[in-house]
Amino acid sequence: MSTRLQKGGRLIDRSSAVEFTFNSKRMRGFQGDTLAAALLANDQMLVGRSFKYHRPRGIVASGAEEPNALINMGTGAQFAPNQRATTTELFAGLTARSQNHWPSLEMDIGVVNGLFARFLPAGFYYKTFIHPRAAWKHVFEPFIRQSAGLGQAPTEADGDRYEHAYAFCDILIAGGGIAGLQAALVAASSGARVMLLEQNAHWGGRAPVDGDLINGKPAEEWIKAVLEALGKMENVTMRSRCMVAGSYDHGYVLADENIADHTPGDGRPKHRLWRIRAGRIIAATGALERPLAFAGNDIPGVMLASAVRDYVVNYGVSAGDRTVLVTNNDDAYRTAIALREAGLEVPLIIDARAEVTGDLPAKARAMGIRITSGRAVVKVKGGARVSGVAIGLQAGEGAVLEEVVCDVVAMSGGWSPVVHLFSHCGGKLIWDDAQAHFRPDSARPPTNQDGASMVFAAGAANGALQGDAALADAGRVASNVVGELGLKTRGKLAKAVVCSEAAMEPVWVMPQGANTVLRAKMWLDFQNDVKVSDVQLAAREGYTSVEHAKRYTTLGMATDQGKLSNINGLAVLSGALNEPIPAVGTTTFRPPYTPVPLGALAGESRGEIFQPLRRTPMHAWHEAHAAYLEPVGLWRRAYCYPRGPETHEQAVHREILNTRANVGLLDASTLGKIVVKGPDAGRFLDMLYTNVMSNLPVGKCRYGLMCNEQGFLSDDGVVVRLSEDSWLCHTTTGGAERIHGWMEDWLQCEWWDWQVYTANVTEQYAQIAVAGPKARQLLEKLGGMDVSKESLPFMGFAEGTLAGLPVRVYRISFSGELSYEIAVAASQGLALWEKLIAAGADLGVQPYGTEAMHVMRAEKGFIMMGDETDGTVIPQDLNLGWAISKKKADYLGKRGQERTYLARPDRFKLAGFETLDGSVIPDGAYIIAEGVNANGQRNTQGRVTSTYHSPTLGRGIAMGLIVGGMDRLGDVVEFNTLPNGTVKARVVDPVFYDKEGEMQNV
Amino acid sequence: MLILECPYCGVKADETELAPGYEAHLKRFGPSSSPEEFEAYMFARKNPKGVHFERWRHAYGCGKWFLAARDTATLEVFGTYPAQVGEPPAEIIAKIKAKRPDWKGFK
Amino acid sequence: MSDPVSALGLARFDGFATVQEIGPLGMISLRAGPEVKALAKAIKAAVGTGLPAPRRIVVAGDRAAGWMSPDEYLLVMPYADTEAAMAAISKTMGAEHHLAAVVSDARAVFDVTGGKADQVLRKLMPVDIGQMAPDELRRSRAAQVAAAFWAIDGGYRVVCFRSVAGYMMGLLTHSAQPGSELN
Repeated sequence: MSTRLQKGGRLIDRSSAVEFTFNSKRMRGFQGDTLAAALLANDQMLVGRSFKYHRPRGIVASGAEEPNALINMGTGAQFAPNQRATTTELFAGLTARSQNHWPSLEMDIGVVNGLFARFLPAGFYYKTFIHPRAAWKHVFEPFIRQSAGLGQAPTEADGDRYEHAYAFCDILIAGGGIAGLQAALVAASSGARVMLLEQNAHWGGRAPVDGDLINGKPAEEWIKAVLEALGKMENVTMRSRCMVAGSYDHGYVLADENIADHTPGDGRPKHRLWRIRAGRIIAATGALERPLAFAGNDIPGVMLASAVRDYVVNYGVSAGDRTVLVTNNDDAYRTAIALREAGLEVPLIIDARAEVTGDLPAKARAMGIRITSGRAVVKVKGGARVSGVAIGLQAGEGAVLEEVVCDVVAMSGGWSPVVHLFSHCGGKLIWDDAQAHFRPDSARPPTNQDGASMVFAAGAANGALQGDAALADAGRVASNVVGELGLKTRGKLAKAVVCSEAAMEPVWVMPQGANTVLRAKMWLDFQNDVKVSDVQLAAREGYTSVEHAKRYTTLGMATDQGKLSNINGLAVLSGALNEPIPAVGTTTFRPPYTPVPLGALAGESRGEIFQPLRRTPMHAWHEAHAAYLEPVGLWRRAYCYPRGPETHEQAVHREILNTRANVGLLDASTLGKIVVKGPDAGRFLDMLYTNVMSNLPVGKCRYGLMCNEQGFLSDDGVVVRLSEDSWLCHTTTGGAERIHGWMEDWLQCEWWDWQVYTANVTEQYAQIAVAGPKARQLLEKLGGMDVSKESLPFMGFAEGTLAGLPVRVYRISFSGELSYEIAVAASQGLALWEKLIAAGADLGVQPYGTEAMHVMRAEKGFIMMGDETDGTVIPQDLNLGWAISKKKADYLGKRGQERTYLARPDRFKLAGFETLDGSVIPDGAYIIAEGVNANGQRNTQGRVTSTYHSPTLGRGIAMGLIVGGMDRLGDVVEFNTLPNGTVKARVVDPVFYDKEGEMQNV
Repeated sequence: MLILECPYCGVKADETELAPGYEAHLKRFGPSSSPEEFEAYMFARKNPKGVHFERWRHAYGCGKWFLAARDTATLEVFGTYPAQVGEPPAEIIAKIKAKRPDWKGFK
Repeated sequence: MSDPVSALGLARFDGFATVQEIGPLGMISLRAGPEVKALAKAIKAAVGTGLPAPRRIVVAGDRAAGWMSPDEYLLVMPYADTEAAMAAISKTMGAEHHLAAVVSDARAVFDVTGGKADQVLRKLMPVDIGQMAPDELRRSRAAQVAAAFWAIDGGYRVVCFRSVAGYMMGLLTHSAQPGSELN
């Protein structure tokens, strides 16, 4: 059984006990424990089930590479699935639940999958997706749906806060082990701005566990001294619990800081995502130990040798009483020594190497530990927990020579550098034959904006696995980086003394000649259940590219992203293909290094500030008067103002009828307003608009169209001549920023010698449309300026005051009624609106929303950008030829409109439509034509673009585009309706209301 | 995520402060142009793997358009310069030639 | 005439830094090239400061002139003074090509103050605040909207568009929450 030892545990505080629950069972740990350590201390080795076969899964590792110990953390709004127990810090009240099983961890019905294992071979999904179809629907899918998914999806919104933060530094160091600390010291001595980030809560990495000496003292003392020194330096920022997730173009780095996972409810943000720009990046990210592939290596109790050592040394926890060590290298002997020093039994060390000669084995031997060389684990015995190992020759086929009883198997297949940060942005790797791993190739690094090396691996991440080498390498690399920045280092480099290690020997399959039965029990990917036999099958079935084999088998595609399985898997693949490992290559390393919570990525963008919401100065009034708001870009505009039990449709109809009978108010503040001024402003606007604006008299308004260079309509609005050299261009609500940018683009990049300035003053003004036969009466009640027909005629404007407020009033109409649009400083917008409402009470004034505006403009046959246009419509299609100057030699879009296909007679052109039965044509309906097209669909001859019930006329009205346009007047055509019907409509003039303009021009 | 230095205000702008504007140094063809010229102006865009000239606007900064010479494969930036020029400045051409001897040149 | 109102009615949040909406503040956007001789005089006449260098702001009491782009300046003054300042600009610039527009009402202004005020902005803006000059005016973005800021006594003044004042207040409030200090 696994348990807490009486002594030891450098990271725990035995005076501070912590209570927590696992699957509702109350357990105790200590401050400083990880959840995994505390679970082991409570003899909870079984922590989950695998993804595919629901095999029992125990804790394998002690850090970020853990594939198995994934748990559901917390409850309710604090619930988070798939948290790694090995990196979860214990806190009082922690509630953890194991996942991927039903009904219980110990008794899982899904384990029956295991019996069907032979029906779930590599490429299962590929094969079942192909054939037979019926089997997929009735057999596989229901079966997979039951077992699919890892962990549970939260049911409540995340109750925690998250945020982003930006940071800048010259040198970023990822990893706070001894290599990272050494690199930080060197980098900091140059005066450069240094950021040192460590994913764990504690600093120093593995050196203290391994018992290295630095500068003649235990590593721990040196680490403490370095942290103190760095902490005093102004140019150094250090953050622990901050995982560097990825490196990107131009020195961009994302890091996930875990602030409050271990202190829930303390009011701090849970995580903070750091968005860092680093001049250079030093990846001192260490190395990960590899498992060995032997039969039964997934049984709970089989663990990485380094993890077994970590639990003893760091947490005073023994994974079991009797540990058999199996290794191909010397480093793993440190585990046997540590266990023996802690008073635990190590009945046997199985070393796959034929010769075992190093200092560490000698030390183990001297402690009385039995070592058997050239041997292999043939298979691990046990079900939910290891009960022993069967041993044979590594060079053999699996004949059992001996069996040993144990409850833990500590395995080590050698170490792989964590090359992720070097690789994320294009750094290439080389194969190191001696250490049997890929490491960064400093000759082919990722490069930055200057073409210079951007990421530098240091220490174990660079293949310098042992403490002394790692320290020296980090010093050298950091000095180089400082030199590249044109700076100088100061001070002496620390030196480490470690127990020397003899060479390792690669072992990819154990024993080397294992038969099919054994190979089908050798796990490579513990989480996704990928075995040696699966990779070999993939190779036989032709998936010889490492990227294909990965996807075919799902090797390395689990939440651990193959930290333990990738190298072993591709070594097996290379064996199956009979090619050297470097020729097979690796899969691509992609960020993040370990999963980053979605909440951290979202940062502040949630709830009220999920996205910017633009409000007009009268927004609060609309809300207070029950307006139904619709999004228009980022604005929220009042769609209608329902009263009492009114439906939206009823409200819209009331607003229209009232505006046509009395007077209505529309908040038009969102319209774009751009001032264009200068000696060349007229000439510029003549280029921008299809019609002529330069000859617009001062004091007058003119409707204008803008097209893109292809000739298609892009925006429209009323242009006002403010003075001799300045114009005010109104744009659509959505067009304000875009058209201002468009103007600046042409002025800056094409006609930069023209003297024109623009200013986007959209938000300076609130704008209110006062429309209806009583509009003038209403303004006269406010008092101030003369708004008579004579002083302020249709399409004119004037400046003055209304109700004491300085205003500019335009006689323009989008409703077809007598209409004034009043611009007032935004800070006075609400005041003017309220005065209009108050003064208009006895005139029947009512606010109207955007839908009433839309219907009224359709009744008048006015086009709307985005309804009648879709980016493929030219003004001529909309019978707007009158707004296109024939005189101008050039304007934006003129050449595009001259393309021959735009003059074809079969183009869809604008007309009005009235259904014969008075009904409303459905939105999006097509006008059907004779015959079918090549796809068997009905041919079309047009489509509806705007369609409404007109309360003014008491019937459906529509605008649409039809072949022949206004030449088709009187024709009766058919629009399709859902699901399979049609509705007949007559082609009519699109101006349905007040064709002579008598209402607006009074 | 790129960093480009705005040649107008000197800010080393983050990509999120910029708006892209596609290929630089296009010559506008207006009403009297041939169909071929107009087609090339409207639609024929270069998409090289390697040296490329492009337009960027310092949209969240000074609002100015500028031009950048950049390697689309390595993302190395050879330089940024104001938009009011017909072709890249000589020193940027020289810098690119020094760094990319195989480059066939701007034209 | 009614009193002009700021977008949020002088909203305030006290976190590890204080966020205070101020205003309305008088602002004029003045566009003209620095080669125009009358420009410096016009700025002097309008706000009493010299011509700001690129990316700088010159403050004189409750008035200031900031550099916004190679041909755009932001003039800051008491709200009621914009009319006089516009007249002064118009008179000084005369026939020189320029554009001056009052933009006081198009903006919302927030003062973020306290010893750690910079940290509030470091969470929202991709700006290397540590490397800024003391009199620098920086235009950038705060989360998803455009914003400009410069140092004031005890903190920073942040300017954004009026329509997104509520969003900006939300951002600043979120970022200034007690307990979320960066260090």
